[in-house]
Amino acid sequence: MEDLDNLKATELTLGLPGTDAPEKPSPASTTGANKRANEECCLPVAKKQVVGWPPLRSYRMNSIRIRKMEAEDNTGIYVKVGMDGAPYLRKVDLGVYTGYKELTEALNDMFKCFSLGGAEGHEESGYAITYEDKDGDWMLVGDVPWEMFISSCKRMRIMKGSEARGLSSST
Amino acid sequence: MVGGFRWAAMFPDEVWEHVFSFLPADADRNAAALVCRAWYRIERRSRWRVFVGNCYAVEPAAAVRRFPEVRAAAIKGKPHFADFNLVPSDWGGGAEAWVEAMAEGWPHLEELRLKRMVVSDDCLELIARCFKNFKVLSLVSCEGFSTAGLAAIAANCRNLRELDLHENEVEDNCLHWMSHFPESFASLVTLNIACLEGEVNVSVLERLIGRCPNLKTLRLNHSVPLERLVGLLHRVPQLVDLGTGKFAAQHHPELFSKLESAIAGCKNLKSLSGFWEAGPTYLPAIYSVCEGLTSLNLSYATLQGPELIKLISRCKNLQRLWVMDLIEDDGLIAVAASCKLLQELRVFPSDPYGAAQPISLTEHGLVAISAGCPMLHSVLYFCRQMTNAALLTVAKNCPNFTCFRLCIMEPHTPDYITRQPLDAGFSAIVESCKHLRRLSLSGLLTDLVFKSIGASANCLEMLSVAFAGDGDAGLHYILSGCKNLRKLEIRDCPFGDKPLLDNAAKLETMRSLWMSSCSVTLGACRQLARKMPLLNVEVINERKRGLPLELQPDNCPVEKLYIYRTVAGPRSDTPSCVWILR
Repeated sequence: MEDLDNLKATELTLGLPGTDAPEKPSPASTTGANKRANEECCLPVAKKQVVGWPPLRSYRMNSIRIRKMEAEDNTGIYVKVGMDGAPYLRKVDLGVYTGYKELTEALNDMFKCFSLGGAEGHEESGYAITYEDKDGDWMLVGDVPWEMFISSCKRMRIMKGSEARGLSSST
Repeated sequence: MVGGFRWAAMFPDEVWEHVFSFLPADADRNAAALVCRAWYRIERRSRWRVFVGNCYAVEPAAAVRRFPEVRAAAIKGKPHFADFNLVPSDWGGGAEAWVEAMAEGWPHLEELRLKRMVVSDDCLELIARCFKNFKVLSLVSCEGFSTAGLAAIAANCRNLRELDLHENEVEDNCLHWMSHFPESFASLVTLNIACLEGEVNVSVLERLIGRCPNLKTLRLNHSVPLERLVGLLHRVPQLVDLGTGKFAAQHHPELFSKLESAIAGCKNLKSLSGFWEAGPTYLPAIYSVCEGLTSLNLSYATLQGPELIKLISRCKNLQRLWVMDLIEDDGLIAVAASCKLLQELRVFPSDPYGAAQPISLTEHGLVAISAGCPMLHSVLYFCRQMTNAALLTVAKNCPNFTCFRLCIMEPHTPDYITRQPLDAGFSAIVESCKHLRRLSLSGLLTDLVFKSIGASANCLEMLSVAFAGDGDAGLHYILSGCKNLRKLEIRDCPFGDKPLLDNAAKLETMRSLWMSSCSVTLGACRQLARKMPLLNVEVINERKRGLPLELQPDNCPVEKLYIYRTVAGPRSDTPSCVWILR
């Protein structure tokens, strides 16, 4: 039972330094589980899925899961990608990537044969990845948050050489 | 009983039977049966409807023997938490024992309703063969059967009136099961196949319902395309309850107007459900019947707030509404303004794991409904935030609640404004709602809330608790109070041995107790089992490690515990992960 005090001292909380979770009177027979229950500012949400929670019938959960899968199938965010000098364009589904890094790697792979260049950022090889947004403007890929990018990107173009140099993003 | 024989014989048995037929509840008939032997005899021979809340509480043969004239039976199997995958899949709840006993002793059985049971195709075939006058088959949350079993029912039950399949897991191995209804078959009143996953032969269905003039309820599954719904509706304009199939299609003005007029042609429509994949395109096709609707289930439709508002504000006579949280607070405010007759509201989460954009469904929606709908008495509400103040307001607005189930989706969530536990809020609910029969708690809760529940919830029959309480006192308050408690289900709470042992007698007054991921030890379960011979104490340990349970020490923690009263003794169909302690 003494271990509970040490546990409290090393436990992570979200409160600002100096704030205290008010003590609640607990009966003597508390177990370790109580401390979790008493923690006021719920510990950072780990989003680990607890079995059977939230309490939804399997039937309903399955429906939600199927609906999500169908939605994902139907709304793949396919955009055309062209590269200066390449004889044909490609199409990528922006929905399958989690961020710019993955996207850049995939594009590198895709256009390797057209000598896109190094695995690192586009600046080194003199190429810049740009995209046309909803307003019809050509923007440099990487400036805005990923979610905003995938919702506004209409198509992409890999620009090369002199034009690209002027567009290298400041990091 | 001195004089008992004489006064019971004052009237012929038929007179007493007639008197008993006015007793509304089984509990009343049970009480009458205890008065004297004559009444026991007369009552048991005239009871034709039986409800068995726990299939293991009595031996099937004993039930059949006692009530030889039963025409309608309803039986429940697995504990409620089986709905949420907390009960091992092989736990039990098989229907064979019951169906065999009933086939033997109740050949005139007309209605069978099973909930949370494992029903095999063999069972269905037995039902189809043995009950010559079978009229109603209702299977809710069951599993273990396939469409081949349904084919047997279709082929043999000449007088079938209701085939009601609600949220079952059905294997699809007989595509043409519906073709097994003979051409002469025309007695259907209810056909609910919403839970079937497979394709439905719509032409066969059209012919079937076309020859059933008494069909009132038709609930299709998601495979029936919208185009075919038009043809189906033309054949059953007398429909009262419709569950659509897929409610989406490419936009076609012609299809829209056909659908609109087909639905308008159903002048008796009171209940709508289904709406799988419903989008804004075809929703206005149902506007013409909205005024007459008393029940609307949109909980499988991912319609957004504005579309929902446009639809629901036309439903001025709505009594029951099931919807997704996509309706948001604004939508519920509109519902509160339009649906003054609302009695039951269920709001389901569109995104249970919170991965998507947050939805603006908060305590404000619940408060608005409670203020605007004076007849509201049943609520199921999934949300992510709550305050004590909101719950106090709801309690004040709705003293007539019979069922209040609030699920704040993140465990241990406090009042988000005061950071306090939600004890005060839930206490207000139980203190104000004197007729509350069912309650589900959530959020951050201490033992204090259980003190209020134990003291005030005098009509409470079912209580669900998760991630709540500080210690043994919480459980003790419940078991020593709540005088009408029948079902108690608890998960992930720090409740231990002492309150169980101190309140052992209480457990015999209840149907069942479920506890999982609490702090109960094997020793206490052993003691309880020894002390209470009329209880089955089932210990469920799925992680098979170390010694078998008989050899484990008393301080061994129990993962899952299911205790229920029974006159049948320990059951003989336990799987390897279940031990019944004696």
